[in-house]
Amino acid sequence: MVQVRIDGIRTVVPEGTTVLEAAETMGIRIPTLCHYPGLSPFGGCRVCLVEVKRGDRSPLEASCTLPVDEGQVILTASRKVMEARRVVVELLLSSCPSSKTLQDLASQLGINRVRFKIKERECILCGRCVRYCKEQMRSGGIDFVGRGMASTVSSAFGTTPAECRNCGGCQWVCPVCERACLAGDLLNGLCGGCHNAAPVETCLVCTHCSESVGAGGHRVFHQ
Amino acid sequence: MPNLKSPVALEQLRNHIMTRRPPEQITVSVCGGTGCHAYKCEDVAAALRQELACHPGGRDVVMKVTGCHGLCERGPLMVIHPQGIFYQRVKPGDVPEIVAETVFGGRFIDRLLYTGPGMDAAALREDDIPFYRKQQRLIFGNNGLIDPTSIEDYMAIGGYSSLAKALFAMKPADVIEEIKVSGLRGRGGAGFPTGLKWEMCASAVAHDGARYVICNADEGDPGAYMDRSLLEGNPHSVIEGMIIGAYAVGAGTGYVYVRHEYPLALKNLRTALIQAERYGLLGDNILGSRFNFRIRISVGGGAFVCGEETALLFSIEGKPGNPRQRPPFPARQGLFGKPTVLNNVETWANVPVITGLGGPWYARLGTRNSKGTKIFSLVGKINNTGLVEVPMGITLREIVFDIGGGIPGGKGFKAVQTGGPSGGCLPESLLDLPVDFDRLIEAGSIMGSGGMIVMDGETCMVDVARYFTHFLTEESCGKCVPCREGLDRMLDILTDITEGRGRPEDIELLQELGEAIKSASLCALGRTAPNPVLSTLRYFRDEYDAHIRGGRCPAGVCKALISCSIDTARCNGCGLCARECPQVAITGEKKQAHVIDQGQCTRCGLCKDLCKFDAVVIS
Amino acid sequence: MKTDLEKVAAIIDRYDRHCDGLVSILHEVQHEFHFLPEDAVRMVAEFLGLPLVQVYGVATFFKAFSLQPRGEHTISVCMGTACHVRGAPNVLNEIKRHLGIEPGENSPDMKFRLETVNCLGACALGPIVVIDSEYEGEVNSGKVKKLLDKHKAAVMEKVHA
Ligand SMILES: Cc1cc2nc3c(=O)[nH]c(=O)nc-3n(C[C@H](O)[C@H](O)[C@H](O)COP(=O)(O)O)c2cc1C
Ligand code: FES
Repeated sequence: MVQVRIDGIRTVVPEGTTVLEAAETMGIRIPTLCHYPGLSPFGGCRVCLVEVKRGDRSPLEASCTLPVDEGQVILTASRKVMEARRVVVELLLSSCPSSKTLQDLASQLGINRVRFKIKERECILCGRCVRYCKEQMRSGGIDFVGRGMASTVSSAFGTTPAECRNCGGCQWVCPVCERACLAGDLLNGLCGGCHNAAPVETCLVCTHCSESVGAGGHRVFHQ
Repeated sequence: MPNLKSPVALEQLRNHIMTRRPPEQITVSVCGGTGCHAYKCEDVAAALRQELACHPGGRDVVMKVTGCHGLCERGPLMVIHPQGIFYQRVKPGDVPEIVAETVFGGRFIDRLLYTGPGMDAAALREDDIPFYRKQQRLIFGNNGLIDPTSIEDYMAIGGYSSLAKALFAMKPADVIEEIKVSGLRGRGGAGFPTGLKWEMCASAVAHDGARYVICNADEGDPGAYMDRSLLEGNPHSVIEGMIIGAYAVGAGTGYVYVRHEYPLALKNLRTALIQAERYGLLGDNILGSRFNFRIRISVGGGAFVCGEETALLFSIEGKPGNPRQRPPFPARQGLFGKPTVLNNVETWANVPVITGLGGPWYARLGTRNSKGTKIFSLVGKINNTGLVEVPMGITLREIVFDIGGGIPGGKGFKAVQTGGPSGGCLPESLLDLPVDFDRLIEAGSIMGSGGMIVMDGETCMVDVARYFTHFLTEESCGKCVPCREGLDRMLDILTDITEGRGRPEDIELLQELGEAIKSASLCALGRTAPNPVLSTLRYFRDEYDAHIRGGRCPAGVCKALISCSIDTARCNGCGLCARECPQVAITGEKKQAHVIDQGQCTRCGLCKDLCKFDAVVIS
Repeated sequence: MKTDLEKVAAIIDRYDRHCDGLVSILHEVQHEFHFLPEDAVRMVAEFLGLPLVQVYGVATFFKAFSLQPRGEHTISVCMGTACHVRGAPNVLNEIKRHLGIEPGENSPDMKFRLETVNCLGACALGPIVVIDSEYEGEVNSGKVKKLLDKHKAAVMEKVHA
């Protein structure tokens, strides 16, 4: 067993637990996105950042991939955490503005504008579908292809993979519903996420005049 | 070739090699590093071979094509031993004269000797040249002495004796202790204490006993090429280091991960591995010690991020190079899930030196927290472009001005960028900063793998920040959001500024975004990527302001903010620019000063490059 | 064009069919065919026992690989830092203008391919352009035309010979 301290509260958890899980057992909620119960930790979205106190340094780490360590001191909502987390969500929102999940997250964090250029990608590359396919379905027909801004989730050569059993799990776990929205052909339209599409109010500044939007920013639409 | 079965056999072989090499032997070495290769040094070597074949005494002269000597600016280089005469910028046409005059006549050829700024007389030997005098070439100095394709050359300078010492006079734990005492820190960038890493690996549980050691030769930093020069010029020193490391941690297999852009390094490494195997220095029962170790080569495919250790491991496993979160550290769970030591080329090359001369000896070099020497590649707007090896703690000023010979063209020093694309740009006021791991981080930069790019008055710092951000955006693996999306948006903002669309709020936004990327990214690529932007914001804020508020680019680089015109006093109306201008924007009568139509001009700079009279001015 | 799969098999065998040779194998396949043909990629995945999408992922991750045919002669412009500060962007623009293609594209006759690379490690000679492993140092935009003409002539000569 390992003793750690999260937001000032001491707790004891089994070795190998992640900080996210430890926090959850204490009722401390850390927002997540790429994390999904039953799938291996990925650590890509960086929404679940926490501050780890290590002497005079206090780096931010993703709590979903960080194993607990004896004597660790964790802050889940310090100023440093919130500042970074807000920028991360703002970036996410600028690449997937119509995702309900992201809009809710932004709203929780008090983000009401996006200062970056909107580049609609309809996928935030959280990899939930990839891991679902590989780990839950033991199929593994889809994966990340390409690199950097050009990376996408795809099958080899863009053709339906031989491994696909049409389970629809990839669409079901998708937080931005990209796959669900394209799911018109799927028998029961599993998640209905396509109805989440909500428009983003854009400002005059950004229409074609410039590459970025500037600190004035877009206002984000949310309920 | 003999398969060496004991350390005694190795010594006997060494003595045998030495007896065939009297000290008075005339040896001509031609630098064959990639820098000199680009200057067509192979033509010089071919001419020399032919000339010696024709000469009656030619059979007694040994000719060698060696690795990089460091002073790439003056290639092709040639050194004639035993006197050590140093010739630079040698052309194939010079060779007959060199052979007749210097090799057999013992006379110097003045025009081939090195002269430089601030020197009274031409330099005869390497040591007479200021570029070399302040260096301490512990690791790199042997490059000029040996033919990298000859294991005998390496043995002649004492090669593999450290291995014999480690295998027969030391226990694995002793080797680790020696490295710990030496204070060696990784030369790949992060500066992690090497001894500690080895200890972690050696003490990690490996279920089937398998462990790996890996040499990171991915060297993706544009502008840094010391790892390549070591592998090209002295591959056996890296191999010897790896065998010692493998013995210390108990690894049975090693990998060298090499960039595919380095064909010569790969070739020399392959040759060296085959030789080492033939001599029984690799394989089963090395030197009769019952220790078994093999090295395999793995090749990269052009991805900077694969230099990051976890990405590199995935790449060897045949997966895309996306880094993963640490812990678990590779020393505990690395390649194929087994404990793995991963070190940089230069780190490995230090190991035989430390093992041979002892940790305490090594720990005397350098500063309190950064021991030993470091190789830097000094490039950009500098007189002596090349590789320099200096003790840690030397100041930037000494490197740039004493060794590098200052800035050409009198444009004046503006900044030096250390640490590769994700390092920071340091201004003139920091020239007296002692170079070591910690001081560079304090100043907002990093040691990185040792690239040093010097910039002068003609370099625009916003453009440089944009350049690095562009590079890193392209090289980001795309796994985590801050690095993938954040750098892309950062690039948007910087592009805006360089293209004249900057807004005053942009500076604050860059700062906030930079800090977030730095703290939130998954791997060190993202965690250091904002450094160029943040450091230029810190030290060259006025240039950003000039772009945003003043609408001008002080260095005359950003095309949207400059204009080209012709200095009527200098233009003699040759008409070359008018003929070649892609926009047909230049007009003028023959023999009369020409003019550029500002409406047509796209500021491509072709006219400036073409003009022989320096008449095109950029403002 | 049909891919000569026997050649591919021979390459794979040279690397003991071990997954640590994947990138090297892809390099050799690309060297053989000037790009990575789909059936060759499928074969590599099958022989190494790796999921096809993983091999495809690797092939698209690395800049060195191309799944489309490439021009016969590669012109690489170094965009490393040292070359950048010495004016490589202008050189690249000039080459783009002459060939009418962007980096990563082939000329319509498939004779040339334009690429950018990040540092060739010959920084003393920057800006550097490499045409089929021949180094051209200290290039500026004014020298581009001559350089390209020289190489075009050399290519033509080879074609005629
Ligand atoms: C983006 C990135 C690129 C890197 N590139 C290299 C490289 O080219 N060569 C290298 O030796 N280390 C590189 N590193 C550092 C390695 O991750 C690792 O720290 C190093 O190889 C460990 O060896 P050392 O302890 O001997 O320095 C890179 C790190 C990052 C984050
Ligand atoms: S939930 Fe932890 S990084 Fe995405």
